[in-house]
Amino acid sequence: MLPATEHLIIAPILIPFFAGAVMLIYDDRRRRAKLAIGLVSAVALLLVAVELLNRSKGNALSGGNDIGFYLLGNWLVPFGIVLVIDRLSAMMLVLTAVLAIPALIYSAAGWHRQGQHFHSMFQFLLMGLNGAFLTGDLFNLFVFFEVLLAASYGLLLHGSGQLRVRAGLHYIAINLAASLLFLIGVSLIYGVTGTLNMAQLSVQVAALQSADRALLHAAAAMLGIAFLVKAGIWPLSFWLPTAYMAGAAPVAAMFAIMTKVGIYVILRLSMLVFGAAGGASAGFGADVLTAAGMATVAFGLLGVLASQGLGRMAAHLVLVSSGTMLAVTGFALAGGGAPMLAGALYYMVGSTLATGALFLLIEPMSREEGGIAALLALTADAYGLDPAEDDAQPEVGLAIPGTLTILGLCFGACLLVLAGLPPLAGFVGKVAIFQGILDAGGGMPSAAGWAFVALLLVSGLASIIGLVRIGIQTFWASDGVVPRVLALEIAPVVALIVMIVLMTTQAQDVLRYTDATARALHRPEIYAQGVMRTPRVEPAPAPANGDAAGDAP
Amino acid sequence: MEYVLSAAIGVLAASGIWLLLRPRTFQVIVGLCLLSYAVNLFIFSMGRLTVGVPPIMPKDGSVNPSAYADPVPQALILTAIVISFATTALFLVVMLVARGMTGTDHVDGKERD
Repeated sequence: MLPATEHLIIAPILIPFFAGAVMLIYDDRRRRAKLAIGLVSAVALLLVAVELLNRSKGNALSGGNDIGFYLLGNWLVPFGIVLVIDRLSAMMLVLTAVLAIPALIYSAAGWHRQGQHFHSMFQFLLMGLNGAFLTGDLFNLFVFFEVLLAASYGLLLHGSGQLRVRAGLHYIAINLAASLLFLIGVSLIYGVTGTLNMAQLSVQVAALQSADRALLHAAAAMLGIAFLVKAGIWPLSFWLPTAYMAGAAPVAAMFAIMTKVGIYVILRLSMLVFGAAGGASAGFGADVLTAAGMATVAFGLLGVLASQGLGRMAAHLVLVSSGTMLAVTGFALAGGGAPMLAGALYYMVGSTLATGALFLLIEPMSREEGGIAALLALTADAYGLDPAEDDAQPEVGLAIPGTLTILGLCFGACLLVLAGLPPLAGFVGKVAIFQGILDAGGGMPSAAGWAFVALLLVSGLASIIGLVRIGIQTFWASDGVVPRVLALEIAPVVALIVMIVLMTTQAQDVLRYTDATARALHRPEIYAQGVMRTPRVEPAPAPANGDAAGDAP
Repeated sequence: MEYVLSAAIGVLAASGIWLLLRPRTFQVIVGLCLLSYAVNLFIFSMGRLTVGVPPIMPKDGSVNPSAYADPVPQALILTAIVISFATTALFLVVMLVARGMTGTDHVDGKERD
């Protein structure tokens, strides 16, 4: 029998699944009950994720014991599906939960009333995200991707309205096409190597015959395109600003982590298969990732400068952040070293929290201009919501004093993180990346390295210019009408910023964690051997006719 | 048989991609369906082509694997069919809503001038 604590690994998938399912029983008007269930689920997720994070830290750097495994259905490893929790997965789980709680609280201020089944879809999105971070099987990854995508389709359309339906139509079409590429890539990998298990793939890739290697590269490229579409890499990212802009505020905040799923998978798979264990395939795709990542940063910074509204600007800031991560992944794959990757992981956490906070700030900031507020009223009308039922006293709750001051301070904090200015987390992350690039291999960095450093600095400058322009318009050049902002709307933003401040004051601990994560990523054999050696659980003494093997997954 | 199957996959994929790039939502959804058929056939072919052999092996004893078809791609196809069916149905609903809201079936919600 497995000790009960080991079952914790599957909890991040099961908790939101059951929470979302239970909510479906309630009538849609009982939103308080649904909100309560959703919050309990999200807090439980956070606790579980922190516990898993502590566990994956272990005592040594990454001696095999730090990685946790969970065999679904107790099938032996290459045949069944295995869930794997290591440092990177645990970090992403914590990030998801940290972002989910503020988004849920924010939705309580009114957004969750704008359509049906908001809370259920939110939980299913969490389930898909957590599953994608945990699974160690390629096809299972596809299934969890579809779960999170299906939930995100519903969430993007939440609130309805012409703008959202049009953006949703494009978003769904693109993602359906990308999913088909995903399937082609997965099945081609199966055809070449005969396995869908990421760890076994990592072991087998060095021993492939040269005739099969080209096929494997083609499959990896197909698979890569599917993930790069989600990560929003440059020529494939034109859908992203419109979709992120159209989403309701709490949805857009959660979408800040959706691009990171694509990046997580690219990082995990490329380091596993084409990293040190890759044999003749080592470093495959590194140049493409570096070049396209840098192009994404350039596109994002031009977009930031060109945007008139804060929504479009925030979406382009997402592009800058994911472009940075992709370029760093490319450098790491080409042998850039662990310190740079460690800095990039730190930067990713900080920038995800900051973009999440910024997406939550957009609506309160532009409220006086009537932009989204008017849209909200319009969509509520189009949706046929009975105003007498839900909106008898619109914006019930505590309005905060000194609205503009608090909004301005929050906005300023987001600006500091996203532009990479001291003293907040963005600065620490960028410095760590620069340090990693400049120290790479003890010598001078390559031309690409210098170009990347220059691009990152320019993107910081562009973020300052763009965001300060919006800040001046909103806070200094406003016509004196102070928007009414509820405490429920500002508290989540403040909570996210407090998290960023904590990350900054505890930078040494966080950086130590990401450094160990990056070094573990550079040693794929630990992951692979750990997964391949996972023992089956001996069945408990079964009753005479008990079926010990369990059902097929 | 290889030629027939490759030709089928190629024709389906080519027509699917062409339709996917058309400006009408109905063409897009038919294109996606055709593409998903092509992908399903492709997954099937990744288990190697065999004729008249079962995918399920007897429970006991060692068997000659070449006398059996690979069951994994077949299971993958089943999953892929279910998922793409569901998402296509969802897409169809969004498509109808867009048609109702904008009054046109152009993917951008308005006719090109």
